Amino acid sequence: MNDMTPKPRHPRALPEQSEWTFELIEQAHQEIRRVAEGFGLDTYPNQLEIITAEQMMDAYTSVGMPVSYNHWSFGKHFLSTEKGYKRGQMGLAYEIVINSNPCIAYLMEENSLTMQALVIAHAAYGHNSFFKGNYLFRTWTDADAIVDYMVFAKNYIAECEQRHGIDAVELLLDSCHAIQNYGVDRYKRPAKLSMAQERARQKEREAYMQSQINELWRTLPRREEEEEEKAAPRFPPEPEENLLYFIEKYAPLLEPWQREMVRIVRKISQYFYPQRQTQVMNEGWATFWHYTILNQLYDEGVVGDGFMMEFLKSHTNVVYQPPVNSPYYSGINPYALGFAMMTDIRRICEHPTAEDREWFPDIAGSDWRKTLDFAMRNFKDESFIAQYLSPKLIRDFHFFAVLDDDNNEKLAISAIHDDLGYRYVRQQLAEQYNLGNREPNIQVWSVNTRDDRALTLRHTQFQRRPLNQQAGEVLKHVARLWGFDVHLETVSPSGEIVSSLEVKREKRARGS
Amino acid sequence: MTYLIDRRLQGKNKSAVNRERFLRRYKAQIKDAVGRAIKGRSITDIENGEKVSIPVKDVGEPSFGHAHGGVWETINPGNQEYLKGDQINRPKGGGGAGRGKAGNSDQLTEDDFIFELSREEFMNYFFEDLELPNLVKTQLTATTEFKNQRAGYNMSGTPSNIHVLRSLRGALGRRIAVGGSSRKRVIEAERELEELLLEGAPLDAPRVVELKKLIHHLHTRLLAIPFIDPFDLRYSNRIKVPKPMTQAVMFCIMDVSGSMDETRKDTAKRFFILLYLFLKRAYDKIDVVFIRHHTAAAEVNEEEFFHSRESGGTVVSSALHLLDKIIEERYGGGSWNSYVAQASDGDNWDNDSVLCRQLLVNTIMPKVQYYTYVEITDGPPQNLWEQYSQIPDHHPHFAMQKIVTPADIYPVFRELFKKQPK
Repeated sequence: MNDMTPKPRHPRALPEQSEWTFELIEQAHQEIRRVAEGFGLDTYPNQLEIITAEQMMDAYTSVGMPVSYNHWSFGKHFLSTEKGYKRGQMGLAYEIVINSNPCIAYLMEENSLTMQALVIAHAAYGHNSFFKGNYLFRTWTDADAIVDYMVFAKNYIAECEQRHGIDAVELLLDSCHAIQNYGVDRYKRPAKLSMAQERARQKEREAYMQSQINELWRTLPRREEEEEEKAAPRFPPEPEENLLYFIEKYAPLLEPWQREMVRIVRKISQYFYPQRQTQVMNEGWATFWHYTILNQLYDEGVVGDGFMMEFLKSHTNVVYQPPVNSPYYSGINPYALGFAMMTDIRRICEHPTAEDREWFPDIAGSDWRKTLDFAMRNFKDESFIAQYLSPKLIRDFHFFAVLDDDNNEKLAISAIHDDLGYRYVRQQLAEQYNLGNREPNIQVWSVNTRDDRALTLRHTQFQRRPLNQQAGEVLKHVARLWGFDVHLETVSPSGEIVSSLEVKREKRARGS
Repeated sequence: MTYLIDRRLQGKNKSAVNRERFLRRYKAQIKDAVGRAIKGRSITDIENGEKVSIPVKDVGEPSFGHAHGGVWETINPGNQEYLKGDQINRPKGGGGAGRGKAGNSDQLTEDDFIFELSREEFMNYFFEDLELPNLVKTQLTATTEFKNQRAGYNMSGTPSNIHVLRSLRGALGRRIAVGGSSRKRVIEAERELEELLLEGAPLDAPRVVELKKLIHHLHTRLLAIPFIDPFDLRYSNRIKVPKPMTQAVMFCIMDVSGSMDETRKDTAKRFFILLYLFLKRAYDKIDVVFIRHHTAAAEVNEEEFFHSRESGGTVVSSALHLLDKIIEERYGGGSWNSYVAQASDGDNWDNDSVLCRQLLVNTIMPKVQYYTYVEITDGPPQNLWEQYSQIPDHHPHFAMQKIVTPADIYPVFRELFKKQPK
């Protein structure tokens, strides 16, 4: 690379032009695929789709899925995206990629050839291999079935709108959306279902679930003496973390179609759960690979200097981390952190320093491809950072920990990037990516089965953090779904109830 | 296996339904915004989209989250000066040392949610108040009308447009052109054969046989020329040309005496807008003339027309005199279609009303296409109304209506819309 003699032109070199054509995209893709396979990336088959900016906005709006049901909130999202885009306040994302099999990646027609190649390397090989390899995606999402399931959901909800009216469906979806982050099983693995099975089982489920509910709320007279003596059995026996699941199964007044819709929102929420937990890793992995693949192509002479300049410009924009005192600072940039960590792991493998050998004895000097592959497969953001954030990176980023305790008058610097602080900073940063800490821990605590059927939720406080002001609003939504009073108790870690919220049952007009 | 799919031509308005759902949900707010916009806009500027803003808290989707409070320990990049154990003051109003941003989702940002209504959407909200019949709505929102016109002939088209005469004429010409050389040779060969036979050459002479063969061959070739070929087909070509439009002038006459308050002026404005919209569909070029009057009339610009206040009595005839003068001076000669919209609260000097009627019946009505009068009042009819009610007996193209809300405006135009040839 350093010799000044011009390199002989590569026989399959891409022309230095910014206009793309289908042939050129095809050619670029062949080259990227060859290099990616050379690095051992295992991916779903790719489906590249050329779309317009408007279609890109449509895709944004429906949470990136190729099909989705209709709801006003998507319209709101669309309007604000459209406004921002039309006034030039914001560009559209270069890429959207869908965790499906085949993996669908969108290429926007406005992009130059370089950008198309960047997106192919980033999305179709980076993200794609992450979707296929990472344990969370393997456990929680079903790439084969998702598009079919979205079609099923869209049709089912459209049918409900026809049968029950747009307003009734909208009300229900509003309520489900309010607690969709609490529609996730964190530990139980959902069973895989194909589209056909799903539809076949849906009818059956309707009837079956309704009968279950009746059982729970049985009002047949029983022998009094026996009942009086026993305290009512706790229900549910164990607290339930999945609010939507609980509502779907046990809410007394929901109609079967309403249960099915709760289920749809819950399933979709579950599908996106891994993405929320692997932001840093997923983006870091994809960014690392587009960088590595395109550099390899440059070294081989397939792409030229002009291509590389354009690529590096957008790459550096993406991985820029503004410091905390910058007006552009808005938290840690997951691309920057992820890319830095992936690159750093490769460095530790290839050129370990004494410090690395001390901190990472098992990976220093190992085969970087195997090590990275292992890291990609077996971690989420939280554990990935706890495992792999090196002192060097902490120094590079100038990370420091700020403790904000509302009992103290001032903020305190609890650790900085020095020998004493590395472990502490790393631990805190990992905690910061722990979804369980980021979102309030709210679970179904009990149902008063013997009296007013009130539902009690428990919020177990984390670090004495209070709930936000929307909690009351959300609780109204829960009450609408549950159909009876709902209480929300906030409990300190020691177990005492600190505060509580309550929503009285919504008066519903019968038969509406 | 990889697929590269071009989706650009496929459905691009996937979000249209969601957008419509959003508008439906916030209809009340949007209607308010449209109402405000109509007040603020010029009559001739009514047909644009509009920016609508709704307070963010109204469009919010609530979710559980942490508020600020309790203990937040955050890792931040870009340390420059701090050492472990440093104490720093809490930054005021966010920013600074980035405290637990994740939890501040309910921070009170008073920003409004702003979006653009398209022209069609805007017009729909505008019409909704006026309670226009659907047919009229479509008439008003329809874009320029085209009419089909012949424009020669074309090589391609639908079978129903085949022009038989042209096609066959073309075929004939082609047959002549293509067969030209063969036919010439046939004639030459036949002449030679005839001469040979006349000279008494035997029927089996080699030259005679040869010529006969040649003639036969050439005839076969001529027959092989198709009678009609797809190439000959000609189709009548029709193109769309915008309907020819003419020019119109619209007079807005409004009483601006003290009794016309802001709400009445606003209602009057909607009345003028509606007439303008209607005219805009029918005419290419529209002039709008604003005449306001109290005891004396004056021609003013739109801004003054709607927003300056006058007081004092009312002499309607002053405006009608001015109207007549303007028509004579600037819009005479039959090349302009004149429409008049007059709005008033019905007050007039007693003896002036008779004069008004006479002016209208004798001088003005013969010169205008349509005259509309609205009385924005809920009181009993006064003398002007009584005098005006006699006018339709003489001139059917006069409409009057007493209105209280914008919804009452439309009946004034009913005749006008009915007359509109479609």
